[in-house]
Parts: sequence; structure tokens; C-alpha cells
Amino acid sequence: MAEMTYLEAISDALRTEMRRDESVFCLGEDIGAFGGAFKVTDGFAEEFGADRVLDTPLAENAIVGAATGAAIEGMRPVCEMQFADFIACGFDQLVNVAAKLHYRQGVAVPMVVRLPSGGGFSGGPFHSQNPEAWFLQAPGLKVLTPATAGDAKGLLASAIRDPNPVCFLEHKGLYRHVRGEVPEGEYTVPIGEARVAREGLEMTVIAYGSSVHLALEAAEQLDEDIEVIDLRTLCPLDSEAILSSARKTGKVLIAHEATRACGAGAEVAGLIGEEAFEDLDAPVRRLTTPDVPIPFSPPLEHAVLPQLEDMKEACRELLAY
Amino acid sequence: MTLSDASAVSDATAPVDRALLTREDRARLLRYMTMMRAAEERGLALYKQGKVPGSFYDGRGQEAIAVGAAFALGPRDRMCILHRDLGAHFVRGVTPDRYLANYMGRAGGVTGGKDGNMHFGDRQLGCVGMVSMLPDMAQVANGMALAFKMRGEPRVAMTFFGEGSTANGQWHEAMNLAGIHRLPVVFILENNQFAYSTPNELEFAVDPVQHAASYGFPGANIDGNDVEAVFEAAEVAVERAREGAGPTLIECQTMRMHGHGAHDDMSYVPDGMLEEWERRDPIERYAARLHSDFGFAEDEVAEIREQVRSYVAECAEKALASPMPEPAIATEDVFAERWEPLGDGEAPWSRWEAE
Repeated sequence: MAEMTYLEAISDALRTEMRRDESVFCLGEDIGAFGGAFKVTDGFAEEFGADRVLDTPLAENAIVGAATGAAIEGMRPVCEMQFADFIACGFDQLVNVAAKLHYRQGVAVPMVVRLPSGGGFSGGPFHSQNPEAWFLQAPGLKVLTPATAGDAKGLLASAIRDPNPVCFLEHKGLYRHVRGEVPEGEYTVPIGEARVAREGLEMTVIAYGSSVHLALEAAEQLDEDIEVIDLRTLCPLDSEAILSSARKTGKVLIAHEATRACGAGAEVAGLIGEEAFEDLDAPVRRLTTPDVPIPFSPPLEHAVLPQLEDMKEACRELLAY
Repeated sequence: MTLSDASAVSDATAPVDRALLTREDRARLLRYMTMMRAAEERGLALYKQGKVPGSFYDGRGQEAIAVGAAFALGPRDRMCILHRDLGAHFVRGVTPDRYLANYMGRAGGVTGGKDGNMHFGDRQLGCVGMVSMLPDMAQVANGMALAFKMRGEPRVAMTFFGEGSTANGQWHEAMNLAGIHRLPVVFILENNQFAYSTPNELEFAVDPVQHAASYGFPGANIDGNDVEAVFEAAEVAVERAREGAGPTLIECQTMRMHGHGAHDDMSYVPDGMLEEWERRDPIERYAARLHSDFGFAEDEVAEIREQVRSYVAECAEKALASPMPEPAIATEDVFAERWEPLGDGEAPWSRWEAE
């Protein structure tokens, strides 16, 4: 085990997989000599050469489209979107070409799209979004949202080895603020399995990404018997873990930083409503960003992104219900 | 890459190496073009009989492009074939029954009913099928070419698109990436004069082949209704790509002799235009040329065409006998369990016989 940040764990997964399998390569904007906007691939060009840390022109559809073709031909491309927001410019290749190829033609597309997401640093409307729900409406894409350094490494390695297009959402707020013990060398975490981040009996917070940390901190500060489920994967969704915890505590708060309408939380709430209605002791609640673009100015951004106090208040309300 | 390189293969009247094609190759070119025409005529008839869900799209008048270009490829080369290019599927080994069954949404179609009309590619024959967003496959062809280049394999990716696609940003992204990395890719641009109803002058201000030079690779502008001219330009481009010299854009001038789809009455086509292009029909022209220039007896040419037509009729019966797919498969295979390589395509050009 080694202690590393969430960002270092992502780099470690990439480096380990690139050493293990020479078909793995990275492509994206400014990732080569510069090492990427967040330095995830810092030093990679020296170790693996410019061909396997391919600096692309500023053209997201070209990145995703080239990755799709290379994946079909047996490479394992890992695309970096400089910011998750920019996948909007590569969306057509992702949802119309890559996502549908196996269903339509039996052609597997083993590729990863890394998506630095999330707000909290005055990135404004185009550098702060959490676009995971966009992908959930495009069957054929797997969607991963790790919260811890260990899961960031293990899930990225699994994504690279998966024969499908995988959207890997890495919250920028976790990059340097979250640290943890991470197994050294080859390490994978299975896709599609949620994790009980904290056991409890009185209520459940179902979260992913940055909201997991908010939930854990709220539970500690409130000192209540709160269970926290870290989804880790949004597609495929671990229905069993969700339903099992909902049935156990009877009270569920779903938390994510992404906007509210038709977000991943709506799907989780729908699942609980359909399958665990009779086990509930309270309405299923959601804590999310309201349906607005992410504003720039700190007090405005603070007002829309879920904060620790919001999480504590939402938990208190549900516990008291 | 300099502009003088870019003009290297742009002279459509360059002398031709006749030794590239044997007598049997020429018979095959006629056979595949005739097969495309006959299969599409049969498909249109099935559409009119109500056996084809959705609409019907063909490439009548463009047979020389699909067949001539695909004929230049070796087995391990890869293709992304578009909707006016049925002949390219046939060159690579798809049979007409599977094409017709695909149009009818049958289990025996190439996609087994998952996708329709020309949205197919047989992965076992080295093809990745198109999507409706028409420039998209140029980006995918780039990716396949990138894989070949990274692994140092002497292989080529080829794709098609119409002149309308050149108006879309993705087309320019693809040309740019191919030029930067000198990817082993061949772009076949079919200028069939209309993007649905939109004429050239409303799609672009300069002829799209001119973009090749600005992206750093050669462009050629050729007669798309001359199958040997298409083959020769494609052969030069394929070899150029295989040798590591990078991409080529080949603009083939042609005419879409039918509507965008069978529902399109073509009211926007100026009077006399279809009649003028009918006189340049690629199949009639080549049939006449086989007789006048290459020593085929008229009977021999007629027999090739008749044999193909009866083969397509047999294939149509086979397609009609194919069942509809089981509804249960509608929710299957969204995700892959494993990656498997594409298979190789057939390569009927005599050059590949020894390999």
C-alpha cells in the first residue's frame, strides 16, 4: 500500500496499465510534453514516448472518433477531455458511434473517456459541470464515478480492461484534497459494485463522487447512525446495494453535485419507489445542485453547490421525519 | 508536405498502367457493379411491395465509385462504407441476400434486424458500418489507421462520404488529424451533385477537393463514372498510404440518379440533368468498353450481366425466406463481453491472389 492523492492514483493506474499492456495509450489536448491541464500524465511522454501520449488538435470529436477506430482495431485508448464539459464537443462520436456499435454490429469498442468534472473553484459554466447523467441516456456506455483514491485507481484499471466505452468521471475537487491508501502495482475494482462507506441503521445517504465525502463528514459531525453508500458506478447501477440499504434503514437521502432533473438521483429514487416502497419510513429525498448553470462568482457558486451544512440539514430533517 | 506534393496525383489524365488489371479483374468489376445495380433494383421493388420498413436508399449511378475504390484494397485493409456504396460491401464479400434481408429487417440481415437499410458493416469482413451522421466514419477510419501506424502494420483504412459531409465540422476535424499524423487512410468523396436537395453551390464556396492541400495531403478530382479511373486513383492512394506517405482525398464526380430516398421526387433537379448523366451510366459505359477496348465479345458481356441478375434473383428469394428476428434480442448485446478482432475482407483483385 502507498498513500497517494486521488490524482496520483489516477496517474498510477494509467502508468501501471500502460506498462502492463502496450496497446494502452492516451490521447488528448496538452497531455504529452505539458503533462495535461491537471498533470495527470506528467512525465508520461518521457517514459512511454509521444506516440502513446498523443497530443491532439483541439477537436473532441476527432479524439473520441480516433479512439473508437483504434479501439476497434485492438488498441486500448484512454481519451482525456481537458474538462468534462468539453465532451459536449465530442458527444456525437461517443453516443452515436462508440456507444451503439456493439448493439448494432457486434463490434466491441474498448475505450475510456476521462472526464475531469465538478465545481467549487470558480470555473464558471463551462469548467464546472457534472455531466454524468448525459451518458446515462446513451445505452452502451458505462459510467464510473469514483470517490476515493483507491477506487480511482482500481476503477480506472477496470475501465481500461473493459471491452466497452467507459466514461470515467474524476471530480476535480478530489484531485488533491482526497488521499488514501492505494494498493501498489496492478489493482482493479469491479465495475458495477457499490460500497458501504459507513454503516448505519437510522438512515442512508446514497452518493457518489465528491458527495460521498460530504455525506461522511456530515454523519461524523452529526454523530448519528447514518449509513453511507458510495455508488462508485452509475451504469451499471448496483440495484441490490441500493435496495438492501433502503430496506435496512427505511430512510434515504440521495446526494450528488450534478443538477437535479433527471440526474442519477432520480433513477435511484425511481428504483427505490418501485422496489422498496413498503420498506420506507419517509419520502426519498434528494440533495443536488438546482437546475441552473454553474455560476462563476464565489457566493453564487456557493449558493448552488451542495455544502456540508446543506447535507447536515437534509440528514437532520430525514432523521426527524 | 508541400503544395507541390499535393498536386502529385491530382492529374486525372495521368497515364494508366494497364497491367494492373487482368481480363478477369475487368470481368469482376463489371460483375460487382451489375450486382449493385441489380440488388438495389430488387430492393426498390421490395420497398414498393411494402416489404421494407422505413425508406429505401440506393446509389444508382455511383456503382463505379464503390466498386472501383474497394477493388484496390487488400484483405487486411479496413473500410467504413456509406449508403451509396453497396458495391463495396459486395467486393468485400457480403452477399446480396444479406443486404436485402437487412433492408427488410430480417434475422438474416447483416445486423440481424438491429439496424436497417445501409447501416451495416460485416465485422467478419473488415467493415465498420456507418451511422446516419455522415462525416462521422472519417474519424473512425482515422482511428483504425492510427492503430495501423502505431503498430507499424502496412495496412490501410478507406472510407466514403458525399460532398454534403464536407460542410460539417467533423469532416474538417478528420482531415486535419489525418494530415497532422500522415495517417494511412484513403478518403473517397462522392460528389453526386446533391446533398438530399442541396446543390453544390449552397454547400461550399470552393470545390472540397481543394481542402486536401490545406490539410497537407494530395487530392484528386476524377470521373466517378469510370470504374477504372476510380480504381487507378484508389490504387495510387492505397499504396501511398501503405508506404507511410499519408492520406489522399479522391473526389469522384458523379450523379445521384435516384432521390435521396425512395420518398424523394427529385423535383429540385434541373431539367435535362438526369438525361445528360444517364448517357454516362457507369455500367453501360464499362460494358461497351470491355467490348471495344479489352476484347470481350458482346455475348460474353451480356452473359456476365445475365448471370449476376439471376444470382441476385436467387439471393432475393433467400432473403424473403429469412425469418423476422425474435423480439427478445431487442434488449440483448448492448454491452460487449469481450473484444474480438474484425475479420478480413475478400480482396478479389488479382494482385492479392498470391498473398
